[in-house]
Amino acid sequence: MTDRPLKVLIAKPGLDGHDRGAKVLARGLRDEGFEVVYTGLRQTPEMIVTAALQEDVDAVGLSILSGAHMTLVPRVCSLLRERGMDDVLVTAGGIIPDEDVPALKEAGVAAVFGPGTTIATVADFLRANSRSRD
Amino acid sequence: MHSSAALPAGPNEAARASEADAVLELAGTLCEAALAGDRRSLSRLLTAVENRTPLAEAALRRLYPLAGRAQLIGITGPPGAGKSTLVAALIAELRRAGRPVAVVAVDPSSPITGGAVLGDRVRMQAYATDEGVFIRSMASRGHAGGLSSATAAAAAVFDAAGFDVVLIETVGTGQSEVEVAATADTTVVVEAPEMGDEIQAIKAGLLEVADIIVVNKGDRPGAHRTAAQLQAMLADTPREARPGRPTPKHPEVLVTTAATGQGVAELLAAIDRHRCVARAADGDSARFKRAEAQVWAVLVDRLHDRVRSLEGAMDVGGAVTSAGGADVASEKPTAAGEMLRAVASHDLDPYAAADAILVRLIGGRSAL
Repeated sequence: MTDRPLKVLIAKPGLDGHDRGAKVLARGLRDEGFEVVYTGLRQTPEMIVTAALQEDVDAVGLSILSGAHMTLVPRVCSLLRERGMDDVLVTAGGIIPDEDVPALKEAGVAAVFGPGTTIATVADFLRANSRSRD
Repeated sequence: MHSSAALPAGPNEAARASEADAVLELAGTLCEAALAGDRRSLSRLLTAVENRTPLAEAALRRLYPLAGRAQLIGITGPPGAGKSTLVAALIAELRRAGRPVAVVAVDPSSPITGGAVLGDRVRMQAYATDEGVFIRSMASRGHAGGLSSATAAAAAVFDAAGFDVVLIETVGTGQSEVEVAATADTTVVVEAPEMGDEIQAIKAGLLEVADIIVVNKGDRPGAHRTAAQLQAMLADTPREARPGRPTPKHPEVLVTTAATGQGVAELLAAIDRHRCVARAADGDSARFKRAEAQVWAVLVDRLHDRVRSLEGAMDVGGAVTSAGGADVASEKPTAAGEMLRAVASHDLDPYAAADAILVRLIGGRSAL
């Protein structure tokens, strides 16, 4: 089934309580034809990876504004690999300084979307880079 | 027959056969792993079921004989009544008793873009990493009847994998969602206080399928009055079925406050009670009905596929069955295309056209 919608998990790791961006993205991707799982605030990497596994998503989008991205994002990536989900695309967004981007990419993040990124940019990236499925 | 036209079909058929073998083998591997407790394999099987791929059919053939032990509980009701919160509270109660729980949470797909926001997990985060809990969200994807077959199949996969209870949560606003809930052993309809007056309670639809009615948000004013009104309306339900009519349901009406857990233990007790009473009263009628619905759904799916493949042969795209909604009749000058144009110009009626297609279907395939 090639025409089935892509399934994406939008998750907020860590302790910041600002999920406006995550919700806007969830709604925007819905309008782009994605099936978006949203899990709410204050997720641990373990919670996010369990949700990704149970939902069998094609991509995980991490929204983070607290500054803890260098701890939490690589942890999500390594847990995904540990659980055999290295084919799941990981992207990050929120407030992430440019100088941290290379390290995050090294950890396994496919793209970092900062403020001002359009929904269409994210949608096109996910469509172009998500794993091809059985 | 050794016509030259038949020659290229040989390798194609061989390729198709080896592809089918590969699917069977993958299904077998995933089933074995899922049965041994591998959650990733279980998850992949659920995806196959949701997408209705050939892998799903192979897996279900393997798993179906192992299923049939789990208790299926349907939770339905209008948006915002507190279904997800109640499911979370039920998970807490069931986990306290040490029972493994699976959840199939269905949220609507957009009829316009096909996208969906699946937000039921938000309320269920307390059990996000509990190995005895598996939550799977599904978008309704708008296919008539298909949703109930997908959820029933997902429940069978969970059942075979050893989950003791499967909670199926759907928004109870449309026919197909009501059908989903109605295929469970016990259907719980969740309402919020002030859901309307007695007239709402006697309208056809949601409340009719309820085995148990829950007025949630019991801490809000009016909750107990709403429960009393529902009880008063249901008191008029006749005790005995008239000949040839379905047995009337006599749902218990309960008040819960899912957010605090108040009344949830009582709800679970009522669910177990209903299951025992229903079994004693009419054997396994819920299971029989579910079997009937499943076989029907598969049959309709298969007929649908046949019609589509026939369409393909006749080059009319999605024109015969407009299930996709957006399909427009092809402009190609084919027999079927001409027939559809004849219907469009009112020279032929749709019934005659459908009959003609049905005749081709039955005449063309020996299996039907």
